[in-house]
Amino acid sequence: MAENDALFTPKLTGRDYVTPDLRAKLTGKARFAADFRAEGMLVCKLLKSPLPHARVTHLDLRAALAIPGVRAILTADELPPPADSVSDSGAVIKASPWAERALTMEPLYQGEPILAVAAIDEATANAAIEAVDIAYEALPFVIDPLDSLRPGGANARTEGNVWLPSAKPGELPQIGELKWTAAEFGAAGQNRLPLGKAADQWSYGEVEASLSQAALVLDETFVTPNVSHQALETRSALAWWENGKLHLAVGSQSTSQTVPAIAKWLNMDVNDITVISEYTGGGFGGKGTASVAAIIPALLAKKAHAPVMLRASREDEQSIGRARPSLIGRMRAGFAKDGRLLGLDMFVVMDNGPYEEQNDARTSGRITSLLYQPQAMRWRGVAVLTNTPTRGPQTAPGGLQASALLGPVLAKAARRLGLDPLAVCRINAPEGRPPVGPPKPDGSLNAATSAFVKQALDRGAATFRWQTRRSRPVPVRGSVRHGIGVATGCYVAGTVGFDGLFVITPQGRLRIHTGIGNLGTESFSDAQRVAADTLDMPWEACEIVWGNTGRHLAWSCVSGGSQTIHAMSRAALATSLDARAKLKEIAAKTLGGTPEDYVVGGQRVFRRDSGDQGLSFADAAQRAIELGGIYDGHQCPAEVNKATQAAVAALAGQGLVAVARDTFPRDGQTYSYVAAFAEVEVDIETGKYRVTDLHAEADAGIVVHPRAFAGQLAGRSMLGIGHVATQKWFYDKEHGIPMSRRFYQSRPPSILCFPEQFTWGSVGIPDPQTPIGARGIGEPPTGAACAAVLCALNDALGDDKFLRAPVMADAVLAAIEPESRQTAVGLSANV
Amino acid sequence: MHASLIDTIRPGGMTRRQFIKSVIAVGAVSSSGFLFSGPADAGPSTSPGTVERLITLNVNGQRRRVDVLPQETLAQTLRNKLGLTGLKVGCDRGECGSCTVLVDTVPQYACSLLTHSVRGKAILTVEGLARADGKLHPLQQGVLDEQGFQCGYCAPGFLMATLGFLATNPNPTRQELAHGVSGNLCRCQDYDKILTALMRGAENMRKE
Repeated sequence: MAENDALFTPKLTGRDYVTPDLRAKLTGKARFAADFRAEGMLVCKLLKSPLPHARVTHLDLRAALAIPGVRAILTADELPPPADSVSDSGAVIKASPWAERALTMEPLYQGEPILAVAAIDEATANAAIEAVDIAYEALPFVIDPLDSLRPGGANARTEGNVWLPSAKPGELPQIGELKWTAAEFGAAGQNRLPLGKAADQWSYGEVEASLSQAALVLDETFVTPNVSHQALETRSALAWWENGKLHLAVGSQSTSQTVPAIAKWLNMDVNDITVISEYTGGGFGGKGTASVAAIIPALLAKKAHAPVMLRASREDEQSIGRARPSLIGRMRAGFAKDGRLLGLDMFVVMDNGPYEEQNDARTSGRITSLLYQPQAMRWRGVAVLTNTPTRGPQTAPGGLQASALLGPVLAKAARRLGLDPLAVCRINAPEGRPPVGPPKPDGSLNAATSAFVKQALDRGAATFRWQTRRSRPVPVRGSVRHGIGVATGCYVAGTVGFDGLFVITPQGRLRIHTGIGNLGTESFSDAQRVAADTLDMPWEACEIVWGNTGRHLAWSCVSGGSQTIHAMSRAALATSLDARAKLKEIAAKTLGGTPEDYVVGGQRVFRRDSGDQGLSFADAAQRAIELGGIYDGHQCPAEVNKATQAAVAALAGQGLVAVARDTFPRDGQTYSYVAAFAEVEVDIETGKYRVTDLHAEADAGIVVHPRAFAGQLAGRSMLGIGHVATQKWFYDKEHGIPMSRRFYQSRPPSILCFPEQFTWGSVGIPDPQTPIGARGIGEPPTGAACAAVLCALNDALGDDKFLRAPVMADAVLAAIEPESRQTAVGLSANV
Repeated sequence: MHASLIDTIRPGGMTRRQFIKSVIAVGAVSSSGFLFSGPADAGPSTSPGTVERLITLNVNGQRRRVDVLPQETLAQTLRNKLGLTGLKVGCDRGECGSCTVLVDTVPQYACSLLTHSVRGKAILTVEGLARADGKLHPLQQGVLDEQGFQCGYCAPGFLMATLGFLATNPNPTRQELAHGVSGNLCRCQDYDKILTALMRGAENMRKE
């Protein structure tokens, strides 16, 4: 990428600044979806299933509709059939017959919406819900995946209990039935995952041979938790129609990408939908492109001829707000004497929930192959359907589970082999352009763009004073025990091929129209620092237009999976280069000479041999309008997305319009990494523990915005620690009813859970496969911190104490006093 | 809360005791709904005969006349009737603190406070912090300068909780401030930056 280096001089990039959205957040002026109001607005409430699996056998709405103030009731049979969708490359993606819909007459989990009421206020809507005359036929249900795999176990859906891979490439995966034998369950015993038939598998190298040659073979089973996303802003959307077009103010991680998602669910033309999502109160993957529930107020608004607001209650959110799926993992891992992972046989059973197949199980295999670089590896998995809330990707989906499953295995191997756990992490860490499973059809492996994990471990160990802590006398104070842990995490951290769009106005300002969502990561603004740098524009002369597709936004990536800073900094650079080329061409047309005679800087384009001869950006913008064509947006490059083309057409004539698609090359898959170090203090009398020290060291390329970067490292580390410490699903398994329905029953860590000492660092080596050198950072801290705390607990209390996360006080006490306490048995996440 | 206010039975209305009982009853329906055929999670029902009363509230230094139902929470009144949407409703049950406002300088969860109970008290919401000319409150300025918060949904609640705490302890340690705002939840979990920002805001306040 050396050819681009001269084009990009970071002045703003890499420095702290005040983002343009913050002031409104602090003054109450920021409008989240539920803050919108409209004349004559109705409110919407949901009737949800009381049963985990049922069929509605009787439904009479007359009494509900007769209540004064009730304006409309929406049922499942009024939903449009979901449309096929088309990928960026033009490939048609068929609508799945098994996909979740907004409402259903066959609820597949307790809390699934059956119908929705629009009324003049919440009390009236609730009264209507109570007046609905409804009856159900209870159907078989299953809460835990292993129960469904047992001989004679219930199926979560009438069509089957597992997801099976598509029969042919390009076809949809299928739901089918898979049962394991009693002998397979018996052979495994109580606390070890049976090794029955997998639904899918891949491998490379000679796994069994590697295991047979290993100095140490561990056979470990561990259960990661189901964790609800629990965004503080519940699912909210205000819908209204004007001239046949839908306007939807909705909490969504993404802006431009939410339009086709809504269009698909409503079977509408994208040109008839405007999405407004200026601020979003947390997503963590659960609001990638809003959610299917957003179409409920849209359809009710059409039916009632009035704007309709949906604001889910906290209990609603727990039902429909998505959750990370639990993985039950069994890892047979063979190590050499020096701690090198020679062979790994990994089997995961995923608690998929009832709907679309989640990628966590497969991704856990991919991330494991990259993060620990086993010389030979087999991955097997099965996604089991359960009658529990719909799952969705949550920060580092599959990546967190990979770290939680494998991190403690490496630490245990180190103890067994008499090695430093840091050394075992280091010797297995990816470096250079490391290989990534699964193998391609020709048997070879993909490669990551880069990895500097060893450097991250070294820097992190120094800051954390790992060796000092490790070599000090074990501090024992009364009932308090200490432990330290180190672990790594990684995740996908970038995509390519999206658009940028901005206007240099006749006032000489830069107005950037971005379709990036604003969910608090600040990528929507941070990525634009690159544009300002490339054009040598002061930040004060830049304005960002975001959060409303009616304001003509560029096609941007989904704001999820920490891909944005990578994808959209590339798009910003591409667009800036388009602007520079146009500025030079305009100068040459106006002042003579060729474009090559001119340079851009100081908000001017001027002759390189005579600085006096040039145009200000304001003059160049005015000239662009006079020239028209490509210069002011009356012509648009065909390679940009249709959404961007429409935005350019709307902005044409307003100034110098710069628009481009990112076509910079990239060789390899883009990942970011974090090395986390943790110390815990455990009170063995009470079972309570706290993380006293945490250090997170990133390998995520260059840092574009340090404060936002640090916020991601700290916040996402805590999200991972919540999986270890506080968040748990409890179930009434006899009736299939979740008991964790609110914050106090499954509480995310509070401010008092935050470590007393938190430090962070970044290796800061630019990614060689992207011109800016930046990669995403939101995902990998989650798994790294989660695993580091698990390792620290094992260090404090000994190996083989915990079968599952979270490790709460009862589990600690049961580990310490197994003879006096009843330990939870079985391989269920929903204890 | 003042017992004299909340225990007063209003015509067609309900007492605080009745309000709490109704909330508990809703919870009971929710948790036992699976045993029966019928809707669960219906939420509070309309109380036949309840009527709005026109009352006067002191909000952000202004007298505001507003029609209020007996069972109406302060969060509902502020957000739905007075247009003050700065406070957020994250849980509606006193678990997250997003709706925190100051009532006579004391932080309160507006989702768990009956509007009728705060007549005659000074209510301060996040909209009342900045000056009319747009100059930010020193606490807000400190948070702005440190880029505190991520999604910002919890920010108004944290700001109001901090103000209330600083009224009792203007010069707290970081740990003391953490305890002071521990009734507020940030799901982005950005607690390190939040504390740094709030400490800077507290410092600003001491300088003014």
